[in-house]
Amino acid sequence: MEHQILTFYDWVAKLSSSELVALILIVTLPLVFLIVYALVAILGELKISAFIQERLGPMRTGPWGIIQPVAEVVKLLQKEDITPDAANKPLFNMAPFLMFTAAYAGFAVIPFSSHFVPAGINLGLFYIFAMGSLAVIGLVMGGWASNNKYSLLGALRSVAQIVSYEIPAAIVILSIVVLASSMNLQVINANQGGWFWNWYVFGGPGSIWKLLVIPFTFGMFLLYLIASLAETNRTPFDIPEGESEIVAGYHTEYSGMKFAMFFFAEYANMFVVAALLSILFFGGWNSPFGDFMNGPIWGVFWFISKSFFFVFVQIWLRWTLPRLRVDQLMGVSWKVMTPVAFLCFFAVGLWAMLK
Amino acid sequence: MLTDYIPLIFMVVFGFGIGVVFLLAAEALGARRRTKEKASTYESGMPPVRTARERFSVKFYMVAVLFILFDIEIVFMYPWAVQFKELGSTAFVAMILFIVLLLAGYIYVIRKGALRWD
Repeated sequence: MEHQILTFYDWVAKLSSSELVALILIVTLPLVFLIVYALVAILGELKISAFIQERLGPMRTGPWGIIQPVAEVVKLLQKEDITPDAANKPLFNMAPFLMFTAAYAGFAVIPFSSHFVPAGINLGLFYIFAMGSLAVIGLVMGGWASNNKYSLLGALRSVAQIVSYEIPAAIVILSIVVLASSMNLQVINANQGGWFWNWYVFGGPGSIWKLLVIPFTFGMFLLYLIASLAETNRTPFDIPEGESEIVAGYHTEYSGMKFAMFFFAEYANMFVVAALLSILFFGGWNSPFGDFMNGPIWGVFWFISKSFFFVFVQIWLRWTLPRLRVDQLMGVSWKVMTPVAFLCFFAVGLWAMLK
Repeated sequence: MLTDYIPLIFMVVFGFGIGVVFLLAAEALGARRRTKEKASTYESGMPPVRTARERFSVKFYMVAVLFILFDIEIVFMYPWAVQFKELGSTAFVAMILFIVLLLAGYIYVIRKGALRWD
């Protein structure tokens, strides 16, 4: 970026007088965050699902069941790691690594605050897309290598679904790039500074005439929300893992820590799409109230609250909506969302041109 | 700048390393009692019938091919979107013409029934 600010990286490098320490710190902090987030999200999923179904959820492990996720991790660590005899061993073992590494690598470009981003590259959005696509390969690898009919079917369904929903998502992101004239997530965030009506969900900064474009930008937000649910295989788009039809889909044959890696990758992806939603449409680390509670430290708070809100929405929808049928699923993506996304793209492009 | 990309490599190496640590920990803590039944393919408790290495529906192939077509077009549009303001209205009109052509192909595909899932 042109305007040099003293980032977290520079600050640590100055303090410890070593670039390497700063580099290592900046790539490990997302992992610490990811672990804490995963534990919170697992507990959240258990508790929210329980409350939606008028149950209590886990209550025995610790006060109010709050150490349940830790217990689950310990349980998974103690499980036997089974590789089926029929499986293709190298691919079978590689798939969870690919999924997990891709999910973690996606965190590299996520700006947690105006002063903290592991890699503030100009191709940020592109990079997140690339990492999301790598997950598809891991999925097919695991499903095919398991040599199990359920796994193969689950993997194929999953890929068909992710790939279909990537098209409307890509068009929506393209429209945001048109508005922001940049693919750098920090620049996109900085463009939305000020009050909450400068967020791209409300058309971005502009005069009163942007009221005309708000329906389209809000539609884009809804399109991306739907597409992101499909891309993380969450209900109502969870036919790849439909328990009642194909056991657990692509990870039927996985057990122990390899299963945990798939699980972890799913939660990490949930956060990445939630973070993208908050960055692209809701101002990322910007405070909604102008200069009130604004700054690098508050930025972390705003960014994480916004992202957690969207993670909550994903969990909420999972326990509220029924699963779609496979033909409806494909129909929605190709015949409804793609044309609507193109329409929004035209409208936003026209507005950005005339602005 | 190219140095911006260095953390990316670290992230990938790191993510992979964490996976290895997980697996080693599971290896050290986990049980190991292999039986023939345990290592057989899961089929809801029955002996597996036929293998998974069979032909699958052409519909998946159609979706994959269409995805490649559409996604590559969209990926090529990103550099244009970044330069949107500099390129001005001529480029916008040209891009709209291009998208109209793309949509013509899209309508053809839908009419042909390439995306019918029943």
